[in-house]
Parts: sequence; structure tokens; C-alpha cells
Amino acid sequence: MSEAMTDNDVQNDTAADIAADGDTTRMNMIQAINSALDVMMARDPDVIVMGEDVGYFGGVFRATAGLQAKFGKTRVFDTPITECGIIGVAVGMGAYGLRPVPEIQFADYIYPALDQLVSEAARLRYRSAGEFTSPITVRSPFGGGIFGGQTHSQSPEGIFTHVSGVKTVIPSTPYDAKGLLIAAIEDNDPVIFFEPKRIYNGPFDGYWDRPSQNWSKHPAGEVPTGYYRVDLGKAKVVRPGEALTILAYGTMVHVCTAVVAEAGVDAEIIDLRTLVPLDIETIEASVRKTGRCMIVHEATRTSGFGAELSALVQERCFYHLEAPIERVTGFDTPYPHSLEWAYFPGPVRIGEALKKIMKDA
Amino acid sequence: MADPTRANLPRLSLHVPEPKFRPGDAVDFVGVEVPPAGSAPRPDTAASPRDFTELAYTMVRVLDEDNRAVGPWDPRLSADTLRRILRHMALLRAFDERMFRAQRQGKTSFYMKATGEEAVSVAAAHALDYEDMCFPSYRQQGLLIARDWSLVDMMNQIYSNKGDRLQGKQLPIMYSAKEAGFFSISGNLTTQYPQAVGWAMASAAKGDTRISAVWCGEGSTAEGDFHSALTFATVYRAPVIMNIVNNQWAISSFSGFAGAEATTFAARAVGYGIAGLRVDGNDALAVYAATQWAAERARTNQGPTLIEHFTYRAEGHSTSDDPTQYRSAGEPTAWPLGDPIRRLKDHLIALGEWDEERHAAQDRELAEQVKAAQKEAEKNGILGHGLHQPLDTLFDGVFEEMPWHLREQQAQMMAEEAASGRPWDRK
Ligand SMILES: Cc1ncc(C[n+]2csc(CCOP(=O)(O)OP(=O)(O)O)c2C)c(N)n1
Ligand SMILES: [Mg+2]
Repeated sequence: MSEAMTDNDVQNDTAADIAADGDTTRMNMIQAINSALDVMMARDPDVIVMGEDVGYFGGVFRATAGLQAKFGKTRVFDTPITECGIIGVAVGMGAYGLRPVPEIQFADYIYPALDQLVSEAARLRYRSAGEFTSPITVRSPFGGGIFGGQTHSQSPEGIFTHVSGVKTVIPSTPYDAKGLLIAAIEDNDPVIFFEPKRIYNGPFDGYWDRPSQNWSKHPAGEVPTGYYRVDLGKAKVVRPGEALTILAYGTMVHVCTAVVAEAGVDAEIIDLRTLVPLDIETIEASVRKTGRCMIVHEATRTSGFGAELSALVQERCFYHLEAPIERVTGFDTPYPHSLEWAYFPGPVRIGEALKKIMKDA
Repeated sequence: MADPTRANLPRLSLHVPEPKFRPGDAVDFVGVEVPPAGSAPRPDTAASPRDFTELAYTMVRVLDEDNRAVGPWDPRLSADTLRRILRHMALLRAFDERMFRAQRQGKTSFYMKATGEEAVSVAAAHALDYEDMCFPSYRQQGLLIARDWSLVDMMNQIYSNKGDRLQGKQLPIMYSAKEAGFFSISGNLTTQYPQAVGWAMASAAKGDTRISAVWCGEGSTAEGDFHSALTFATVYRAPVIMNIVNNQWAISSFSGFAGAEATTFAARAVGYGIAGLRVDGNDALAVYAATQWAAERARTNQGPTLIEHFTYRAEGHSTSDDPTQYRSAGEPTAWPLGDPIRRLKDHLIALGEWDEERHAAQDRELAEQVKAAQKEAEKNGILGHGLHQPLDTLFDGVFEEMPWHLREQQAQMMAEEAASGRPWDRK
């Protein structure tokens, strides 16, 4: 990877920084993911893509469109509808030496695959002392905000961050989605790659009743057409600030950015990007500087990843904290249909938490 | 990757199924074998499954090319019963048309039709007892319609409105109607299969007389739950009827991705020692007869039956799907087993018990009935226009009793509502 362009070379993600190394173009998140798969399949004949409806049709969100025509049916294929089968087969292909990128159509349908992910993919390296590994990247659209009801809206990342042996990655922009997916595919350990489907087509400010935006005006919608990596395990400061630290990922990065702008608070917003392994240095440095920490995720609260973040910040930054850590999350109910916007941790919930944490500032 | 020391050995190759027709292709279904109506034998319901395994590979058909009911599977139904089945199938189609359009008009988020598959659910419901318990997938709304369930109640659920008994909690069409013996539909495929077996085992363990029936699509037979269900069903001889609706497509994936290139879906029964039937799913009489036969086996402690209904999904998977992207537009009309409603209608006409004028008049009447129900349901609101459920219902039903943390969150939500000026109610 020494000659590879890494995220550090393009810290600001601007077109000018990248132009020297190759062409860039406007992409939405679907196109960026498609491009990552395309680039990796061309570079590495062992990369294969499989999943329900991903072949001829190109996936229900079109993320794999055109790949079967380009790389053939033995490298991009539809599968039977059995998530445990998809992941089990991917583990077996990985054991042979391939680098499978299975898709689970919605994160809500990943549960039948849990045994293969938890007891197998995540444990293979350890139990065979490295004889066998699972270099697989499981892509899956996740999260709410699309009126998808309880089986097209969940955010189950906390289930996977709790499992030793899998990495969990969640991008928030087209640029990161492509660079992180390439890094995930190149990683020799299993990676769960959750794609926030609400922001596939554009960033979301949390106001469901305002016109939706697309990626064409966002700086991170400018994406290199070729190969580049955004390394796993590195967070990104999306807004530097002094007043407090906000830890977020996926859709909530954009909601927080909008809320902070509206509230006029000088928050430092950190997009975690990879939950495991976590970029603890960036988090610690920020909280030590600001003395306040707010954690925001869409997933339910109890035992959510926010609980882990809160514990870590408390353990490592206790003497720098000037206010209790705030957690803003989805409520501990199944994901509702019609009351989605009362459930979703939107601008009001985040705004109230901001007021609370800044009360004595 | 290949081992160079084995260069003299034949090379392996990976088989990936491919459907016969893709967009733009001319369609001919000559490859689909359709045995003549009346040709399949009808075993005694006490016979051992191993003595009629061939029924898993042929096709039980009753209605012939001349619209007559023929052979040992003819259920010999009265003209009144036939007309009731026809009416329910036509009502289902009218309901689907109207609700599909309602989604397109922005009145709800999602809808799924059962067009072309009406016989599978409607005729089965007529052959079961009302007390028997149904575990449907999302495409068996015909069970509710055939059990004369309120259309307004179904529409209230589709609109997630004030009248929705499910409190707007579930995606449209994921009904639940315990009173009608209709289990809560899950969005997660095939989970209902072992559950139906469990219900049947409980009924048997309690010395009850009721049986259960369950449905899934052919694509869904790939899920592990399907196979777990068959194992339990055979081990405990559960009084359950397991239906596979083989409508040839699972979103964009043809039945070959569930194993149809190698064998039939009914043949899954053979390996488990379960009675297996393959049925013309567009022939309401065949569906009725097979269900009645399987029900009799279950009621007499002969155990489970697996029925493959061979049919065709004539329209898109759902309102989110555009089938012209992956299959030939010519398929629905070329389907060799025809349209289930037209076939039953033609049979009744051939019997002298029906005519085109009455049929057209019935269609108009049913369209009016659905329209009137829709008007009624819309008085309770449509999705996204106003707040239909009291906000605090969001927290009802997580547990029987609400623990402290949910009470706290509920209070937080109400405070947010006050702080927000009810943004979700403004429209
Ligand atoms: C566990 C699970 N995996 C995937 C899906 C997504 N999905 C919904 S319907 C469907 C196709 C099912 O096809 P089939 O079983 O043939 O039923 P049909 O739609 O034809 O009635 C898929 C893949 C799901 N709902 N649940
Ligand atoms: Mg199907």
C-alpha cells in the first residue's frame, strides 16, 4: 500500500488536492460505492460480489449496476434468499482465497446470518491461529428516514461492535464511502460496512419536510474515479470547534452539522467513520480541548454504541469534562412507521441536548 | 489460484443460473411442462407419502382447455360456492388496483399486489375452516378478503391512519387480524414457517381440532427457517399445510436461484418424508382440492403436507419495483396457465351458471364497493397528512408494562413535541 494515495493526502477532500493524482467526478453515494467495487474488481481478480438481486438487476438500490455485464456472472452473481447461506458461502470462498463482498439487501435482514458472522467469520482467524481468515466485506444499507417501517430502517451496528473479530465501518459521504469500501475490501479481516440509505442521494439536515438535497453541491460529492483509500480506524474532524465535541457517524453527521450551524454553537464535530477499531486519539484530543462531549446515533439507546463511547470518554477524559456526557439516540422501541419523525433523533432532540450540555458554559 | 501441479486434470466451472428471457426477448413458454387436467392421481388421505412421491413432480390440474372440471381432484363444488370464490378473487383484484393507485397518488408509502395469484389464497381460504390459523406472507391478502374481513380495516392499516388497529406501527399491508385467524405478517421472509408448525404442534399437543396453514414465496424457500420448519413438521407429524407460492420471481431473481433448475419446489417434501403436491396455482379448483385434501390429512393425524402452487407474478414485486428492468414484458401475457379469474369465470359460464354481463356488472359493483371503502377509510386520514396516532402510542407495546427507561423517553418525546411546535403535524 506504500504508493497508494491515503486519506491523509487528501485531508480536505477538495477536488484540487486530488486532481494531481487522477480525475475526479461528481458522484452520489450509490455511484461511489459502485465505483469502489468496479475499481477493486478490476485490480484484484479475487474480489467477487454476490447477494440477493445484485447480479443482472444491479441491486435494489442499484449499487452493483453494470458490474455483472463488466466482470461476468462468476464474479458478480445473484444468490438464493438465505442470509446465513450468503455469509457462510462467503466465509468458504474466503477460506479458498477469494475476497468476497456479499450484500445483505437491508441491515434488517442480517439477523439470519448472525451465527455465520459471529461464530465463524469473526472467530476463524483466532481459532485456527491464522491458518484461515475471513477477508470478507459485508455491505448493507441501514438506518431510517425513508418511511420503511420496522424492517427497512434499523441501525444494528451495536450488535456487531460488541463482537470481537469484526470491524464496523459507516461512511457519511460519497468520497468516504468509496475510499472506506476500498480499504475494507483490502482488509484481511471481516468488515461490516453499513451504508446509511437515507443519504445515498444527498446529505440530510434532519428536516424531513424540507426539500431533499443531493450530493452535487457537497464537497465530498467530488470523488476520484480511480483507486484511493480512506484508511479504516481513522475518524475525521468535519467541523473544528472549541465549545464541545460531537461524536457522530452516518446520517447523523449531517443532521448534527445542520443543527450546530443553526444554533450558532462552536462545536467540533467528529465523524467516526470506523466504529471498530475506533480512532480514540482523535476523540481524546478533542474532548480534552473542549471539555464537553455529546454522542449522537440513530440506533436505540440501551447498549448502543453510544454507551461504549460514553464509557471510553469518561474513563480517559474524566478530569477534562465540564459537563456530563450527553447521548442523543433513537428511542428504545422498534422502528415505527407512521411516527417515524417522532422517533428519529432529529434537530429538536439534538438541539435540546445542546442547550443542556452548554447550560453552564 | 489453480494448483499448477494438477494441470492435467479437467477444469471445474461454476454454474450460475440464468432465466430464459430478459427485457426485449420474445417469450415462449414451451419449456414449461403442463400436464393435462385430470391426469394426476388422487391418493387416499391415509396413504403414506412415500407411495405418491410422483405428485411432487407432476401438476394437479382440474380445469381443462374447454373450461370443464375433470379428473379425480375435481372438488365438485356447488355453483354458489364457485361464484363466491370468483367474487372474492375479483374483489381482491379490485382492491389491489385501487390501493396500488392510492400509493401512486402519495396516500401511503408502499403497496404489494397479488395479481395473477388470486386463486392461491382465495381458494385455499374457502377450503379451510374459518377457525384454522393462517400464517401468511405479504402476498396473501386474499385470505382476509375471502374471510370477509373489513376492507376499511385493511385500508386503515395501509394508510397508518387513526383507524389503524396496528397504530401505524407496521409497514402498509403487513396486516394482523387475530379474529380472522390471520397471523401478524413479518417483513422478514419465511419466519412464519416454523411458527405455523409450532402453532400446529401446540394444537395437537392440546388435543384441539384446529390446524394451521402457512405460505411463502418460492424465493423464500431458500431461508433456513423453511428447512427448520419442514424438519419439525415431519418429526412431530404436525397438522399443518405448508404452501409455496411459486410465482417464478423473487424481486429480480427467477426461481432458478431458489433451486428450480434442478427440481420442483414440491420435491422439497420428498426428502423430509412429507406429503408433497404440485398444483396449478391458477386453477382455483385445483388449489381448493389440494388444500381440502391436505386439511383432511392434517385433521386425521396423517401429518403435514407441502403444496407448491405453480403460478406467475403478473406485476411488479411492489410499488418500489419496475419489472421491465429485468424480465421480458411479454412474460405475463404468455404465461401458459392463464389468468385464474378468467379461468374460473369461463368454467362457470361453461356450466351455464354465469355470463359475461353478470361478470362485468359484478366488476363494476366491486369497484364501487372498494371505492366506498376507500372513502370511508380516508375519513380516518392518509399517511403523512397529519398526526394520526397519539404520539405516546409510540411507546405502547414494547413490553406489557412500560419500564422506567421507556417512561423517561416517552416524557422526553412529549417535551420535544412541545419544543418543536409539532413539525410533523403541520402539513
Ligand atoms: C430475511 C429477508 N431477506 C430479504 C428480504 C428482502 N425481500 C423481500 S421480498 C423478497 C423476495 C421474495 O420472493 P419470493 O419468496 O419468491 O416471494 P414473492 O415476492 O414472489 O411473493 C426479498 C429478497 C426480506 N424481506 N427478508
Ligand atoms: Mg416469488
